[in-house]
Amino acid sequence: MAVVDYQTEQQPAEIAREDVNINDFAIIVATPNGSGSQTANNTILRACFNMGIPVTGKNLFPSNIKGLPTWYSIRLSKDGYQARRHKRDVLVAMNPASFGDDLQSLEPGGICLYPDDSRQELSRSDVTYFPMPVKELVKNSGVDASLRDYIANMVYVGVLAHLLGIEVAEIESALNKHFKGKQKAIASNMNVVNAAVAWAAANITTQSPFRVERMDKTQGMIMLDGNAAGALGSVFGGVSFVAWYPITPSTSLVDALNDYLPELRINKETNKPTYAVVQAEDELAAIGMIIGAGWAGARSMTATSGPGLSLMAEFTGLAYFTEVPCVVWDVMRMGPSTGMPTRTGQTDLISAYFLSHGDTQHVCLLPSSIKECFEFGWRSFDLAERLQTIVFVLSDLDLGMNQWISEPFEYPTEPMDRGKVLDADALTAVGDWGRYRDVDGDGIPYRTLPGTNHPKAAYFTRGSGHNQDAKYTERSDEWVANLDRLARKFETARTIVPTPITVNEENATIGILSYGSNDPAIIEALDRLREANINAAYQRVRALPFTKEVGEFVAKYERIYVVDNNYNGQMAQLLRMEYPELAGRIIAVASCDGLPLTARWVTESVQKGEA
Amino acid sequence: MATTKATPKPKINLLGFEQGEYKGAPSTLCPGCGHDSISSRIVSVCFELGVQPYQVAKFSGIGCSSKTPAYFLGRSHGFNSVHGRMPSVATGAIVTNRNLVGLAVSGDGDTGSIGMGQFKHLVRRNVPMVYIVENNGVYGLTKGQFSATADIGQKLKYAGLNELPPIDLCAEAIIGGATFVARSFAGDPRQVEALLKAALSHRGLAILDIISPCVTFNNHEDSTKSYAYGKEHEERLHDMTFIRAQEEITVDYEEGEAIPVKMHDGSTIVLKKLETDYDPTNRVAALSRLDAARENQEFITGLIYVKQDNNRTIHDLLHMDEQPLSHLSADQLRPTKEALDSVLADLY
Repeated sequence: MAVVDYQTEQQPAEIAREDVNINDFAIIVATPNGSGSQTANNTILRACFNMGIPVTGKNLFPSNIKGLPTWYSIRLSKDGYQARRHKRDVLVAMNPASFGDDLQSLEPGGICLYPDDSRQELSRSDVTYFPMPVKELVKNSGVDASLRDYIANMVYVGVLAHLLGIEVAEIESALNKHFKGKQKAIASNMNVVNAAVAWAAANITTQSPFRVERMDKTQGMIMLDGNAAGALGSVFGGVSFVAWYPITPSTSLVDALNDYLPELRINKETNKPTYAVVQAEDELAAIGMIIGAGWAGARSMTATSGPGLSLMAEFTGLAYFTEVPCVVWDVMRMGPSTGMPTRTGQTDLISAYFLSHGDTQHVCLLPSSIKECFEFGWRSFDLAERLQTIVFVLSDLDLGMNQWISEPFEYPTEPMDRGKVLDADALTAVGDWGRYRDVDGDGIPYRTLPGTNHPKAAYFTRGSGHNQDAKYTERSDEWVANLDRLARKFETARTIVPTPITVNEENATIGILSYGSNDPAIIEALDRLREANINAAYQRVRALPFTKEVGEFVAKYERIYVVDNNYNGQMAQLLRMEYPELAGRIIAVASCDGLPLTARWVTESVQKGEA
Repeated sequence: MATTKATPKPKINLLGFEQGEYKGAPSTLCPGCGHDSISSRIVSVCFELGVQPYQVAKFSGIGCSSKTPAYFLGRSHGFNSVHGRMPSVATGAIVTNRNLVGLAVSGDGDTGSIGMGQFKHLVRRNVPMVYIVENNGVYGLTKGQFSATADIGQKLKYAGLNELPPIDLCAEAIIGGATFVARSFAGDPRQVEALLKAALSHRGLAILDIISPCVTFNNHEDSTKSYAYGKEHEERLHDMTFIRAQEEITVDYEEGEAIPVKMHDGSTIVLKKLETDYDPTNRVAALSRLDAARENQEFITGLIYVKQDNNRTIHDLLHMDEQPLSHLSADQLRPTKEALDSVLADLY
């Protein structure tokens, strides 16, 4: 490539160290969708992570393939906060279409990097501007013309590296990981990064008030998105059958299964897969297939989002009533209908809990971190097979599609629980059995798998009324007896689903209750509230139905702020329904704007309530 | 018509089972329903062929026909699922346990309307099983609406005149890539039995569209799905004889008069031509014959299309291991801790 030397005109102006923000700011990169900025953004994120700085990356993207504005926000937090930050300090304005709004969103004192051929009005005087010769540097890099648009983004990586102090060696290491060691791709990207760093060193005369400095806070940590974590957990839960239909934001969960399964689930002797992944014709078929597979003895799952969940409603009732184990991941997005398909929200809590017609209620797991996505990945199968029922795992776009740092995942701590299955030997031993008899008093019956070589193994699975021996019935007493047993089974579920995590605070006068991906915002908000002399205890619910700890927590404080990322305050509604005698103390704090919650919003909402 | 020598039925079959062990619960359908006759054929064919009942998985959707799996093969697992979406349940089960013998029963409402999408995709995936459509042109359980297979000009007490063209499920199956497609008539038990035997010997999905009169709502004189109409108008494309792999071929036929079709399991169906030049191995010819039948209002029955070579089933398409997924041990299901560590190593 052509190396261009730039003459240094003057030394950068010094900023006093106490005025420099170190490792505690947010970068926002604005690009047109489809311009290939993902590599550049991941590189910055990973390089900061490699430097030991706690970071999170969030992709705010439109439902569009090419052209509409998209943003990537990177938060660096020396204190380890992972929630979305309401402030934007460093703007990389690569998209002329959103330039004006992007500039307005910057905090006073922020900095703005933009391509020097941009003809945008630099309307704010409280912002420092850094024009970058993007076209020139890319042209000089000698990269193939067809790749120029993509590689252009590496210019801001290089300029940011210089301005913020991101180590170039860590950028190279990040690219190495991103391109899985493919030297040609790494080299052509690094050429542009190096050229941009050289240009910036030679030409930028103003020092940035935002800097990164090496820390040791990511030592031993991993970085991944929740969908990949859920997929990996499912693989370690023994998933054997997957049926699915593409829908944002759940698609990458199945993509990750398709990455991990060929690596981890091949029969070494025959070199053939011991799993099946079927792309179904729609969600109606996807759920039908996993029910068939669960019935026949596979650990089966699908992944979907709101509209797909609605399509699965009828079959969900069948799985509930015929008592077939299977797992549905619902990576939630904005609804109703198509809604805002690429924006996050906890919009399906109530619909998933009661999905289908008739009297149905389901076990729902509520992961809040990638570590829990992994854990609930395997645990969901144990619960589904133990309880012989459909189990939902409710993640969301923010958790599922964004990058999070975490302690490494723990290998499953318990042996697989395949539940109450009678094989031919067991059938001979028990002599007499009935598919829906409550032998153990826990509401959970025994089942047999098709293909069991025994004259007594067979039973007829039907969604119509059935008695305890799986025979057709329309008798009221048999119908009621069956529903009574299902209710007993649900009470058993209440005792074995994951219990909530409670953070008790000395002298706490109020409680905050929430779930899922709201956790990082609340953790941070607790610190802000404490600074404002509000001591709050915090409980994070991890599953439905509520376990006894939830009722105890709600009963303990006079005011319980229930934080939801949906419009109606769905968790608050469920709590009021479950604990009507305590309903008066439940205060819904709900937001539904398509974005992950911020600590500031949670803090202010609680402060308003306490005022 | 070619006939095999009538031999008295043995009391027990190859597996040592009596025919009674292939029966199901008593039917609750209307007396004389075509579907009950098909259930009886299933019982006798499975008994005769020595099908292992414990390995059979029965599937159905919703409707009169879909109730019938309760009325045959009581020693086999069955799954009466939701309307039109049995194909997906069957797909999941058969992919999970490839040793299962899938036996599915649907109806013209279940398959031809709500289930059309799943039917076409089942065909496309070639899920190995027998799929019977008990086709009577009418919705019975909801008291007499037209189904999508009803002929133009048909009249029903409840629904009046049908002016919509019928869907031909055999043509749909062939276009979709099915490798075994047959049409028959519940009032022709001999042919139904021969086709069922052939279907059970087929490697891949076998579609049987059996006109099965509804005695309550659609058996009147001018109905094209009535017993009387079927008896009078059935045009067999060929006479069929099924010969098991172990048996000697004793059927007499002249060269050119009959086509022997070798099935994947070694059995043979001998198709003695009744209609000159009908070749059920020719896909285009099969489609033209169906189209001509539609045009001329002919009720043709027999093995309409069959393909025995290079049938890739869903198990082949997924490159699956021979060991059924349902038989995997905990060790095979859960990768080791070392495997997790190695995946995590890339994420630091």
